[in-house]
Amino acid sequence: MRHLLSIEQLSKAEIEAILDRAESFAEVGRRDIKKVPTLRGRTIVTLFYESSTRTSSSFELAAKRLSADLVSVKAAGSSVDKGESLKDTIATLSAYDPAAIVLRHPYAGAAQMVAGWANVAVVNAGDGKHEHPSQALLDVYTLRRRLGSLEGKRIWIVGDVLHSRVARSNLIAFKAMGAELTVCGPPALIPRGLEQLGCTVEHSLDGAGEADVIYALRLQHERMAESFVPSIREYAEHFQIDSRRLGPRQLLMHPGPVNRGVELSGEVIDSPQSLINEQVASGLVVRMAILYELLAAGHEEPAPVTGNGHATPIGQPA
Amino acid sequence: MSATQLEMRAGESADLVLRGVEVLDPVAGIEAQHDVVVRNGEIAELLAAGEAKADGLEEIDAGGLHAFPAFFDPHVHLRTPGQEHKEDIETGARSAAAGGYCGILAMANTEPPVSTPADIEALLVDARAAAAVKVGFLATVTRAMEGVELTEMASLRAAGAAGFSDDGLPIRSARILRRALQYQRLCGGTIALHEEDPELSGAGVMHEGPVSAALGLEGIPSISESTMIARDAALAGYEGGRIHVQHLSAAESVEAVRAAKAAGVQISCEASPHHLCLTDEEVRSLDPQRFKMNPPLRSEADRQALIEGLRDGTIECIATDHAPHAAEEKEVPFEQAAMGVIGLETAFAALYTELVLPGTIELGLLVERLAGGAAPFGVERPSLTPGSEANIALCDLSARWTVGAEGYESRSSNSWCAGKELTGRVLMTLAGGRIAYRLRSFSMGVAG
Repeated sequence: MRHLLSIEQLSKAEIEAILDRAESFAEVGRRDIKKVPTLRGRTIVTLFYESSTRTSSSFELAAKRLSADLVSVKAAGSSVDKGESLKDTIATLSAYDPAAIVLRHPYAGAAQMVAGWANVAVVNAGDGKHEHPSQALLDVYTLRRRLGSLEGKRIWIVGDVLHSRVARSNLIAFKAMGAELTVCGPPALIPRGLEQLGCTVEHSLDGAGEADVIYALRLQHERMAESFVPSIREYAEHFQIDSRRLGPRQLLMHPGPVNRGVELSGEVIDSPQSLINEQVASGLVVRMAILYELLAAGHEEPAPVTGNGHATPIGQPA
Repeated sequence: MSATQLEMRAGESADLVLRGVEVLDPVAGIEAQHDVVVRNGEIAELLAAGEAKADGLEEIDAGGLHAFPAFFDPHVHLRTPGQEHKEDIETGARSAAAGGYCGILAMANTEPPVSTPADIEALLVDARAAAAVKVGFLATVTRAMEGVELTEMASLRAAGAAGFSDDGLPIRSARILRRALQYQRLCGGTIALHEEDPELSGAGVMHEGPVSAALGLEGIPSISESTMIARDAALAGYEGGRIHVQHLSAAESVEAVRAAKAAGVQISCEASPHHLCLTDEEVRSLDPQRFKMNPPLRSEADRQALIEGLRDGTIECIATDHAPHAAEEKEVPFEQAAMGVIGLETAFAALYTELVLPGTIELGLLVERLAGGAAPFGVERPSLTPGSEANIALCDLSARWTVGAEGYESRSSNSWCAGKELTGRVLMTLAGGRIAYRLRSFSMGVAG
């Protein structure tokens, strides 16, 4: 694996290899000294163009646990604020000769473009509404630990699928692991043609009793102003997961941050069925495993997509 | 009523003979091998192969090559004034000549937009100085393309405007378009329409469907285009106006134009080579350089509907919507990238490779539709009948070439064909009776 740009690029076996590696890092996490020397002397850059708590902190901690040198760049307060293009920013950061760049960007395909410009392993930490592969991997990891296998398990993804990169990556990942997927939400928040990704589409939670896992998504308040839904109250009435709707043997997940009282009621967040805090803990070991697979496994240097070692111009497209 | 004015730079009239060339002019009903004699920039004679006398003419051994009436593109962007770093009249016309075109019409969405008679006059002067092919200029329908007030359409027409268009933007207000159609009775000039409902398109960047769902990109639904065509066809019918619908992309749009034609509306339309050859599946690459444009690439069913429209005459012409952009506007993530691709240099070869060689359409239909954009704007269709001005595209249908390998005549390189190997190449173009283009490697050997 050269880069982690999307879940779509991964086979089931590759997903499992990362999860197995994460298991071994979980063991490290139970020791007194939680640090391993694997990436000593190598540099990892995290470059976040969007705000993030979980993803940025867990990638940063993962890099430190692997003994890498870490450079964290946030778009706010950096030269990005001064209008520097992504390509020029990457060229600048490439001068430090990093082993990996972890990129969060508001637009689809940004990580893929960076992979074409710089001789460095690129991790997509979320690109627009497209993909969020490390989130999907940590969610599969969390479920695998709880359920053993996802084969034949019924998973409902509920809420604002249209604006969710998590929904897209998780749909692909859960399906790859053998689960049966249903997507549920108000019609305007389900993208047209989504069923062709191999899921069932529902606009009511009536059938959600069949689910082994309910994966709720965040509803952003501005969706109401754009008339995707008439009101938060009516959304919650139809799509909120609360203790009436969540069965005792069903598991509940959410990528965070949660809008309490909107997509989830307070009591289910803190219920024994909730895996939300486990997801965060899984995030650390899975992101350690991702960095390890990219930078240490097989001792392969990521091969350049183009050029001579530093960010090179694309020039004429191939 | 005033007429469309086309200008090109002065030059020597062509005097040459194309020996033994396969002549195909489907409109004139010519399909045979001839010696084509061009004298003083006119097609003097079509003689049986080998019968033309040298007579001081340049002789070109054109055995195995094809001569078509040169093409005419009613929809290109020359980015002048204001964005000459993308294209100018000289480079755009050169790009057209390299694609076998003898004439092009430039859109008015420049910086500032072409909205005054002085703008039109200045551009025609520039074309007279720099253009290798005939260039005409449309003026905007509304001042500064703001969609609020009409331009001085009659004065613009008198200055030589080829027609009117706010291309790049739809005319939101039905009332304003209605006024323009009413005023058209006074001044003539076809109104060319970029059909899109901005409310439905929103911030969309590609076709709405399974591919946009998979990529998480905001979609532009097909009905954004077709509902506006239906509205504007109804307005044109009501006012007796003449409209030309630009860059059809969706099956529903072909149906809307077909219905309007059946109802007797004076409506013509165009489709682009990229919409005829590609679908939204290409967008999975997330490559905006080649695959981001407006209207967007749509589904295979839409592409098939466009081909059917081309066959049955609903779509009378192919227009490239040649839209040059600087590299830095395309080397950004898909959603941020500028919309548009260049197409003049590859239109014939791409369509020959993708549609004619597999047997989807006949060569004659392609040649006819590539010049079909002249008539809707009151320009005479290029012809190979003796007595016509020499407007000829000389093509080698067996030549294979890789697009972009030798660069582009255009100032920009955002070609949707970049890196593709195409079959069929324009070797020489005659425009307005002059030699507008010769492929560098095509040596002009003396026949025999």
